[in-house]
Amino acid sequence: MSRELFKFKGGIHPPGHKAESTGRLVHPAPLPKKLVIPLRQHIGNPARPVVNVGERVLKGQLIAAADGAISAAVHASSSGIVSAIGPACVPHISGLPDECITIETDGRDEWIAHGPLDYQALAPADLLARLRDMGLAGLGGAVFPSAVKLDPGAALVCPTLIINGGECEPWITCDDMLMRTQADAILQGVAIMRHLLGSSEILIGIEDNKPEAIAAMQAAAAKLDFAVETVSLPTRYPGGGAKQMIETLTGKQVPSGKLSTDIGIQVFNVGTAHALARAVHHGEPLISRLVTVTGHVLRAQNVEVLIGTPFDTLIQLAGDRDGTTGVLMGGPMMGLPIPDTSVPVVKATNCILVKSAELFPPPPKALPCIRCTRCADACPAELQPQELFRFAKSDDFGRAQEYHLFDCIECGCCSYVCPSHIPLVDFYRYAKSEIWARERDKRAADLARERHEFRLFRQEREKTEKAEKLAAKAQAKRAELAAAPTDASSSGASEADAKKALIAAALARAQAKKAETTPQNTDNLSPDTQHEIAEIEARRAKIREQARKPLESEETP
Amino acid sequence: MPSPFIIDRSSVTQIMAWVLVALLPGIAVYVWLFGPGILITLSLATVTALVAEAAMLKARGYPAKPFLADLSAIVTAWLLALCLPSLAPWWLIITGTLFAIVVAKHLYGGLGQNIFNPAMVGYAVLIVSFPVQMTQWAGPLELTLIEPGAVQLSLAQSAAVIFGGDLPKATLDAITMATPLDVLRTGLHQQLTVDEVMTQPIFGHYGGIGFEWLAAAFLLGGLLLWALRIISWQVPLAFLAGIWLTAGFLHFFDAGRFGAPWFHLFSPSVMLCAFFIATDPVSGATTPRGKLVFGLGAGFLTMVIRTWGGFPDGVAFAILLMNLCVPLIDQYTQPKIYGAARKEPRA
Ligand code: SF4
Ligand code: SF4
Repeated sequence: MSRELFKFKGGIHPPGHKAESTGRLVHPAPLPKKLVIPLRQHIGNPARPVVNVGERVLKGQLIAAADGAISAAVHASSSGIVSAIGPACVPHISGLPDECITIETDGRDEWIAHGPLDYQALAPADLLARLRDMGLAGLGGAVFPSAVKLDPGAALVCPTLIINGGECEPWITCDDMLMRTQADAILQGVAIMRHLLGSSEILIGIEDNKPEAIAAMQAAAAKLDFAVETVSLPTRYPGGGAKQMIETLTGKQVPSGKLSTDIGIQVFNVGTAHALARAVHHGEPLISRLVTVTGHVLRAQNVEVLIGTPFDTLIQLAGDRDGTTGVLMGGPMMGLPIPDTSVPVVKATNCILVKSAELFPPPPKALPCIRCTRCADACPAELQPQELFRFAKSDDFGRAQEYHLFDCIECGCCSYVCPSHIPLVDFYRYAKSEIWARERDKRAADLARERHEFRLFRQEREKTEKAEKLAAKAQAKRAELAAAPTDASSSGASEADAKKALIAAALARAQAKKAETTPQNTDNLSPDTQHEIAEIEARRAKIREQARKPLESEETP
Repeated sequence: MPSPFIIDRSSVTQIMAWVLVALLPGIAVYVWLFGPGILITLSLATVTALVAEAAMLKARGYPAKPFLADLSAIVTAWLLALCLPSLAPWWLIITGTLFAIVVAKHLYGGLGQNIFNPAMVGYAVLIVSFPVQMTQWAGPLELTLIEPGAVQLSLAQSAAVIFGGDLPKATLDAITMATPLDVLRTGLHQQLTVDEVMTQPIFGHYGGIGFEWLAAAFLLGGLLLWALRIISWQVPLAFLAGIWLTAGFLHFFDAGRFGAPWFHLFSPSVMLCAFFIATDPVSGATTPRGKLVFGLGAGFLTMVIRTWGGFPDGVAFAILLMNLCVPLIDQYTQPKIYGAARKEPRA
């Protein structure tokens, strides 16, 4: 490969364990009796259900529509009857149940009418809307809605398009197998991406522990009428992280707090490209994906799985064994522990990794940090993990943020190398969630204060208005009285009225005076409040920005 | 338990074990040069350190086993033992080791918490309190061969000296010799020039005769640690550069009054410090640039103390002074993180 490669800092070389699951042919998983399809499988707003319980749905039918700009639709993965809409267990960090649509399948797997899109004839905005409605989201792990990423926005073009076939996490091989078997389809998807983004440079980055995939992609790329460079990258975790792949291929770093598109680069996972081709050329929404089932199973393999299929069906398919100590979604470095294996496969499920005590021995007891800085040497975000650890442990969140806690991508390299076996990433997650919680509380408090101050302001204003009205009325009355001083016919009642009015006027004046001497809320409060609102907004924007950080590292390794 | 679910095989025990292994060439040369007495010193320091460590762990309510198994106490003991004169009396060895483990390590919070390098604290306490006993060096083998009447002590003889209590001054004088640094120092005090002092038999090619072999053996062990990535290149290189540059500057300035940079570089204490003591992670700087500052500063201070201070060797005080500066050094040398503004893309 003639291309000059760059080196990202840090990284580790964990044992790959890829061969276990690449020996068997990819085949579709059997149709389960029940599909549980979560409404929130992507980053952004959850989809809105558009079907009712008891309704019959067809395979590929829209069952929940995208809601808002950052969202993606959800479809029935097979035909059947909607049996429930409501909370169910899902594979998510929070461990909380989430809204799902459950379908009792009828075994007929009957497709809804569908057909190819002429993407070149469609206006980009229409095409993007169609893709959003096809439920496309990044399949590398971060599941960001693809339609959003395929919109070059104000820049109009995104010069560099990187297709991520890095797959640097140990054990996972679904992208590898997809590239080996579906190279042409992946490149069809790349052609559509190129069409939408107007990219002039297209690079496919694949770690060099996947020679078959590299060969397949090169052969397929040679048939294209535009240039696509397949680049073999040195195998080093997390080389498949979007930021790391960008640096390896281009030598550029995504500026802290910005998106890769700010430097003219967009990154998609190979699986996303494949799903895009299926959607455009066959009209198939995203209802299935390749999943690696591996680890402590009899027949580790890759299967084509309908979204909504329960984990345990797949583990049984691969042959469950005695001595299982747990199940992960994803790889051993960043994977998510799944306590309940009845949860469904979602768009983000790239791997089901079954643990055993031999394959994943529990870590030895942690010792104190000896400041050896191995963690710093391994950190791809170029942080000082030992300092972050010190601050997080002592609840010194301010210092932790000063030392760029939120630039930590939770890749786990630091924990992996630490000779004291400190679970460093746990401390960072803890610190982050604490900071988020505090920000949230502070925001709530600010809002409450803002509301309280507005109420005071309103009361004050009402009082002043009332006083002014009364004063005006009294003035009028006095003028009236002055105008007819000798009117003998003025009844006692009217005299009494006048007296009352006078008293009221005096009271009003006194009150108005009081209002004057109290701080002039009427004028000052409003800019104050405005400022406060602006401050709140700024804080919110910051939190949003922080929340975007994980999004930014799009296709997780 | 959340991610990651795999870890590297390395451990603190493994790191410490490699440090001990890397000290073996130095110990072997030491035995060859100064006789087997050092083995007694090493054993005595090791036993004292382990007993003190176990007692302190118990007193502080920690489980003794995992912490004793980390071998860090033994590393401290060996480093201190190798700094002590070869014929140091038993109580000197025990006092130094106790200070290192009890005060410098555990009273500061134990493994990973100590601000000062424990071995250097032990050494500093001894040299301040017992300056005379801290000069009881036997003559190196090469010198005992040429010096009339001098002999190398056997293990039993060494034991007799170490455990024998205070020896009559005449006996002591017969078996001990001034170290090259002391000789240079005394000579300079007597208004001799460096060249004149260097004609004495205790000086070899670069450093003191025999001592330079010991320095080379420590260098070898240090290179092993570097090859295993247990130590970084920054600290040793910067420390040696600090010594060489300071000594070179002084020597260039007045070659008659200041020893040659090679002489200073090839002393065992400098090599031991460069690769085994200054590189102690716990009490050293952590950032790459900070390590350079730490090493350079320690080297410079060592030379300043050697030249103008009241003690023959300045390594221990230089390290302790730099230990004090570590929080500051770290704070001002924080490296740029990924994605921070840079002048140009890095290759
Ligand atoms: S790797 Fe572990 S022991 Fe070493 S500095 Fe980092 S946290 Fe401390
Ligand atoms: S988890 Fe965070 S601190 Fe640790 S190596 Fe990865 S980015 Fe660095």
